[in-house]
Amino acid sequence: MRHSIPLTALSMALLLSACGGEADSTQARGPDPKMPEPQRSLLPSMKIAEPVEWGDQKPTVPQGYNVTAIATDLKIPRQTLVLPNGDILVAEGRGGSAAKLKPKDVIASSIKAQGNTKVKGGNRLTLLRDADGDGTYEMQTVFAENLNAPYGLAFADGKLYVANQDALVRFDYEEGQTKASGAPTKVTDLPSEINHHWTKSLTVSPDGRFLYVGIGSNSNITERGMEVEIDRAMVWQVDAQTGAHRPYATGLRNPTALAMQPGSGQLWAVVNERDELGPDLVPDYLTSVREGEFYGWPYSYWGQNVDRRAQPENPAKVAAAIKPDYSLGSHVAALGVDFSLPAMGEKYADGVFVGEHGSWNREPPVGYKVIFVPFSNGRPAGEPVDFATGFRDANGKTRGRPVGVTVDPRGALIIADDLANTVWRVTRAQ
Amino acid sequence: MTVTTHPPYRCTPGPLHAMLLGGTVALFLGALFNDIAYFQTYQIQWSNFASWLIAGGLVFCGLALLFALVNLLRADRKTGRPVWYFLLLLITWVLGLVNAFEHAKDAWAVMPAGLVLSVIVTLLSLVTAWIGFTNLRSEGVQ
Repeated sequence: MRHSIPLTALSMALLLSACGGEADSTQARGPDPKMPEPQRSLLPSMKIAEPVEWGDQKPTVPQGYNVTAIATDLKIPRQTLVLPNGDILVAEGRGGSAAKLKPKDVIASSIKAQGNTKVKGGNRLTLLRDADGDGTYEMQTVFAENLNAPYGLAFADGKLYVANQDALVRFDYEEGQTKASGAPTKVTDLPSEINHHWTKSLTVSPDGRFLYVGIGSNSNITERGMEVEIDRAMVWQVDAQTGAHRPYATGLRNPTALAMQPGSGQLWAVVNERDELGPDLVPDYLTSVREGEFYGWPYSYWGQNVDRRAQPENPAKVAAAIKPDYSLGSHVAALGVDFSLPAMGEKYADGVFVGEHGSWNREPPVGYKVIFVPFSNGRPAGEPVDFATGFRDANGKTRGRPVGVTVDPRGALIIADDLANTVWRVTRAQ
Repeated sequence: MTVTTHPPYRCTPGPLHAMLLGGTVALFLGALFNDIAYFQTYQIQWSNFASWLIAGGLVFCGLALLFALVNLLRADRKTGRPVWYFLLLLITWVLGLVNAFEHAKDAWAVMPAGLVLSVIVTLLSLVTAWIGFTNLRSEGVQ
């Protein structure tokens, strides 16, 4: 009896510690990823970035390319837009008002906050200008402020569209303008209750008639209740004139960036998938967004892989779910996507760039880089290639976290970095 | 000459110890009821309530465990009830902690393990509190 006290305590301690995540750096990427069995240890694995300054360092880019910081000291830059005259707009902010419902939310959110910037979101658009074309953006000025966590940006027909976390708004824009002429006009309200996933991504059809807004789910996997998922986890098509809107595609858990494919006019998205099914589930993905289709969330993932956490279950929706086009790997947190152009150089002429913010719940961590997915005949073809790396080193020191990526038609890739509050510009070396 | 007969020596929890022990039972039992409600309705708020009640149960149970430990150390003979009371309370607390982690999973991932654990933890806390409230010392030992 005397020995049983420490023995019991010891066996309980062992029971509790037997919960480490599997360390596996090989992640299924590409059009047909293998889906391992779901797993969830007692304690979810968390591996948080340890922020450090860039100092003299810069991201690593391929040989023959240069990278420069064209704007610093921003207030959480997320997405960028290149205007016709070459000026760059940067959306800055941080949104979300999701209540902490469980003890877990209180603990997890304080841990996750360690991997993010301490700066307060700007709720504004900053304009960057390189008037003489020497690659130095000598002008950094506030274009518009008092916005509500602006994220998605689009431009068409002299109108600048901004997706705030609660509404899609519009500014009239004249070429060369450095400051908005007034408060924006509301095009339509956007679903904003709770805003667990608050970012509203945005793009515009080639004719400027329709806007597409990506609206993330209000939970990881319905743990805030099914009722709050109305009008969530979908892409809206919005009439630019009237603001009338309808679901364009559904079941997309968190469509964090949208892009229009040049030529075909096909809408593409990067989507962040669900957590807590293991280090190699569920793959975040790049996909063409097909009108009227359902992509699975919350009932299933990657086609018909049922997620039993979403109850009551819905076999009809599971059966209707279609598979996305291309896996980017689980937990990479793709937050930016844009189509490349021949001006980016032969190797990167045809395909998309994807900004990967990086994982917080996987060991070893993944993402923390910008990749290039080559295309052929308008479809993803082949393995993804690293384009900008060095955001996180092997010791976990994290200098930056990529968000939006935008291709400048003059032959440059603009990368927003929301940890270093910097905008990077990658160009071909002359 | 009259002979006074003394009742068998009993030692029961003091007010604070008793509140902690009784609260443990109530909180874990409340969590169990909420788990049953979630299991039957899929309404997530029940599961949220259960999570907080378990967290509260762990606080009460953890403090009661300190009293149980002190009681064990102060007992003249460290056998029988003082040991059982401490051990059962420790197991209740540890399984309660496991249950708290189980309840930290998202949505239906809590089920069915969370409900099963809530049943076990509630029963354990009932038995343990019964023992503790009856007597903190082994019978016949002063």
